[in-house]
Amino acid sequence: MLFSITAVGQTIRVGAKHFTEGYILSEIIAQQLEAKGFSVKRVYNLGGTLVCFEALKNNEIDVYPEYTGTITKEILKSENINDIGNYNLGISKPYGFNNTYALVVTNETAALHSLKKISDLQKSPNLKAGISYEFLKRQDGWDRLAEAYSLQQKPTGLEHGLAYEALLNSRIDLTDCYSTDAEIAKHKLVVLEDDKNFFPRYDAVSLYRNEIRNVMNNVVISISEKEMREMNSLAVNNNIPFDQIARKFLSKSEEVPARPFNLHDLASKTLTHLYLTFTALILAIVVAVPLGIQLYRTPKAANVFLYIAGLMQTIPSIALLAIMIPLFGIGSLPAIVALFLYAILPILRNTVNGLRNVDPLLKEISASLGMSNWQSLRYVEGPLALPAILTGIRIAAVINVGTATLAAFIGAGGLGEYIVTGLALNNTSMILMGAIPAAILALVIEFIFEAIERRAFPAHLRKN
Amino acid sequence: MYEVELVNISHSYGNHAALRDISVGFQKEKTTVILGRSGSGKSTLLKTINGLIKPRSGKVIAPDRKQIGYVVQGNGLFPHLTVSKNISMPATIAGEKDRSKISARTNELLQLTGLPHTYIDKYPSELSGGEQQRVALCRALYSNPPVLLMDEPFGALDPITRRGINEKIMELRKMSGITMIIVTHDVAEAKRLADDLLVLDNGIVQQFDNKEKVFQTPANKVVAELLLI
Repeated sequence: MLFSITAVGQTIRVGAKHFTEGYILSEIIAQQLEAKGFSVKRVYNLGGTLVCFEALKNNEIDVYPEYTGTITKEILKSENINDIGNYNLGISKPYGFNNTYALVVTNETAALHSLKKISDLQKSPNLKAGISYEFLKRQDGWDRLAEAYSLQQKPTGLEHGLAYEALLNSRIDLTDCYSTDAEIAKHKLVVLEDDKNFFPRYDAVSLYRNEIRNVMNNVVISISEKEMREMNSLAVNNNIPFDQIARKFLSKSEEVPARPFNLHDLASKTLTHLYLTFTALILAIVVAVPLGIQLYRTPKAANVFLYIAGLMQTIPSIALLAIMIPLFGIGSLPAIVALFLYAILPILRNTVNGLRNVDPLLKEISASLGMSNWQSLRYVEGPLALPAILTGIRIAAVINVGTATLAAFIGAGGLGEYIVTGLALNNTSMILMGAIPAAILALVIEFIFEAIERRAFPAHLRKN
Repeated sequence: MYEVELVNISHSYGNHAALRDISVGFQKEKTTVILGRSGSGKSTLLKTINGLIKPRSGKVIAPDRKQIGYVVQGNGLFPHLTVSKNISMPATIAGEKDRSKISARTNELLQLTGLPHTYIDKYPSELSGGEQQRVALCRALYSNPPVLLMDEPFGALDPITRRGINEKIMELRKMSGITMIIVTHDVAEAKRLADDLLVLDNGIVQQFDNKEKVFQTPANKVVAELLLI
């Protein structure tokens, strides 16, 4: 399709990578669109370049802010940025600032080791380098940089949001950062000069689906490096919400108030969290318990199924969530599917084992009384396997409450949103605002299930 | 007149032959005790009668499984069900809805085996070993089966409790004219309970005859040695 006519009133889906600048730029795009009469659906907290690009390609979002260096090196793996047209995608004019990678050290470290340029690092091979996971893995990342500058330091991977904390506490001496990061000015960090011009340009642009080309041609964004650093600083150092920073930038308006604690917001995120957890759990029960009963009767198939379910459990949660995007897009559906897959194994295994572990003598007696398979399940095997099955459900529920925090990375919401946003803002209290309620939920679920088990199975039955 | 008949029954577990071409008939209303060492094939023989084991070859002529009571060592009571629910399980399986009929039969059986009526709401784990075995007996007798199979039913009980239940069994036999087949390795118990004795060794019937006759004239050395133990 070469073009399509976009009507005013159409909904445009704006994505955002989960880091401060990503949120602010997405909010600027969103508010510009709203000013022009479009309704906007915000799909924020997408976990990294891969998730954003997959979401865009699979028509889950229409536009998100990206950097030219990332597009050529990571997405296209080609020097020609116009190749993006092959994906039926387009890019806007550069916003006007270059947010390239940089290496930073503290003032003290710079003075101690006389560091000014990246080349100077050759003299101090024992410096501890804490490098963000994304930079470690990029084409233009650590390996090539170390090669270009003959660096000897062995890097340790860590989340970018935690790197400054680690740097200031001297856990690490050196980290990568973005040249517009607010923390550079705040903590008086020293940016090492890229004396060999290793880093490519990372000009911020809007990356969008060609269907909205006409719309995006009218969205002109102009931001200088200084303006971007100031906006980042407002978010990180002054705790101002992203939408207000964007509004202030667009209107050049007055001061904006700091973000107040919002109980209503916490309650609604908790409800979303419970919705994700329990929808997946109920689906898993409906599938895994009957399947477990069937597998108990066909032991050969049981081992194959349990093996596959066990394998599913070993896929890292964030990877499983990423796999879901091409299949189910973003939002709560892929999150529920992923949580459902995680919940299957404990319930399935405990159902099969619970039934297998029923005293063989009781199975023999059931047969001698002339019980059918169904009667034996209903009167004997089922009730006796129930404690094990309930334990499986409890384990699955607790796993789901924890894993659901990661669902925020694919736009499903829930308490994970605080954690993801907090990581982006390097804001520990915001991380805890998500982590503590999630931990409490897990404990409450544990208690509720224990109470159910106590009521359903009096002590003299449990020991049998 | 046979109540249960086995014709050319053979069975094996892997390479181990448990029963070798056994043909016997159990007479109506008689009590037969099957005597033999561990591993002689006694339990296997019993389980072919109610179909818990399908023999590799041969034919079993017996009433339907639901018409055969079955009592085993370690009682096999359902731990999550009360005494009355355990006893009336055959009624539950049959879909019997008449509560008063069920409770009348349950009480009748409790009385027959000498258990107090107050036990109906207790769980098996709240009862002594002997009481549990009596409850198991009640369950096996619920449907008034023409045949009762017992596999070492009193093996786990102390001698005094054991004699008490033995006496109950003998009373029951006098009253009901049921056909009983009891597996044991206890010679004294065999002597007390049996009309007929079947001595099994290595999967082969060594002797099957009237109790007195077996004790007076053992058919071979194996039988003689077993009766001396």
